Amino acid sequence: MIPQISTKLSVLDILGAWKVRWGVGRMNYRINPGLYAIGTPDENSNVLVTANYKLTLDMLRKELTGLNLWILVLDTNGINVWCAAGKGTFGTRELINRITKSKLSEIVSHNTIILPQLGAPGVVAHEVTKKTGFQIKYGPVRASDINAYINAGLKANSNMREVKFTTKDRLVLTPMEITSSLKPSIFIFGMMFLINLIAVNKFGIIDFYGYVGALMIGCFLTPVLLPWIPVKPFALKGWILGLLWSVFVVIVNGWPVSGTIELLRGLAYLLILPSVSAYFAMNFTGSSTYTSYSGVLKEMKTAIPILIITISLGTILLLINSFVKL
Amino acid sequence: MKHKYLKNVVTLKLYTEKCTGCGTCTDVCPHDVFEMVNKKVVIINRDSCIECGACVKNCPFHALEVNPGVGCASAIIRGWLTGSEPSCDCSDNSSGCC
Repeated sequence: MIPQISTKLSVLDILGAWKVRWGVGRMNYRINPGLYAIGTPDENSNVLVTANYKLTLDMLRKELTGLNLWILVLDTNGINVWCAAGKGTFGTRELINRITKSKLSEIVSHNTIILPQLGAPGVVAHEVTKKTGFQIKYGPVRASDINAYINAGLKANSNMREVKFTTKDRLVLTPMEITSSLKPSIFIFGMMFLINLIAVNKFGIIDFYGYVGALMIGCFLTPVLLPWIPVKPFALKGWILGLLWSVFVVIVNGWPVSGTIELLRGLAYLLILPSVSAYFAMNFTGSSTYTSYSGVLKEMKTAIPILIITISLGTILLLINSFVKL
Repeated sequence: MKHKYLKNVVTLKLYTEKCTGCGTCTDVCPHDVFEMVNKKVVIINRDSCIECGACVKNCPFHALEVNPGVGCASAIIRGWLTGSEPSCDCSDNSSGCC
């Protein structure tokens, strides 16, 4: 008996999607691999292949209303198609295994299976054909194009083939960026608290919002404004916005002539805050859809030494300022 | 708006003499890097390549070569720290990628 799945998302599915976007239970949001039915498919129906990340299946099935087809879910350890393809879990071997295990050749009378195009980095199509007899058609990048792809006789136009990275695409990824920044941030606040116990000049509210602002620039503002910041390296994008922020923070507080920020502290902000933004912005390369390994490596070779030097220097200034009354 | 990344860094190589013009690479490429000209593929957007390796894997004639990898800074840092190949290993819940 092949389980049937609905093309309607329930309230629980939508809540579940919110949760994983914030990183809650994200690595354990999965469904059992195997064959599923959408509608009432028969031996002539199309077969779509996907990953066993539940968010992936949800995005797919909600686009399939009114269709009758089979869905073959691969075991990708609950990872989406593209990332799993990069790791090879959405791959040739798992696909061959799953076709065999689900006895697909006894269920359909044709020999075509449709893979999401973004599964291609993990799959050697001609090898799957050799081992199982099934021909692979690479479908569109986005699930929302599947209907049009099927109606066109399994043909994708160049628009369906291209990965985009719209403002909305970037926006839904930012909560996860913020969640990932919590651990280092808690450590930094912990250090500030400990130093405050013995410091002459104590850390205060300006340090707090200065840092949180720089973090939000790297994790949220840079990703959202990404294509409009007129330089290419991600770290530099973040650094520029972070520099504007740090200048704003010190000037608002009357630096350098007088005001609430000491000379050294102001200098430290100008060194540290842009680099904090740059670091978090650089990490967004992993979420982006258009960076290459060679490119990221190149920008890191420049960025990392600068980040280490500026943050170390800034930290030394902050420590001097904390313990020495000038 | 079309995103653009660094220029002249990509390791993609095409051996035209091996290309049979089957067009599989144009199907799997997510960034429109290839175009079919006179039944042979040519690289038209080299700088858009993200080195995902889809074309290389799916070329039955070994006409393409790339040094595949993930364009992910935290994966590369993790690779440096652990002395291993940079991999986008999301299972340790430590990064925002994937």
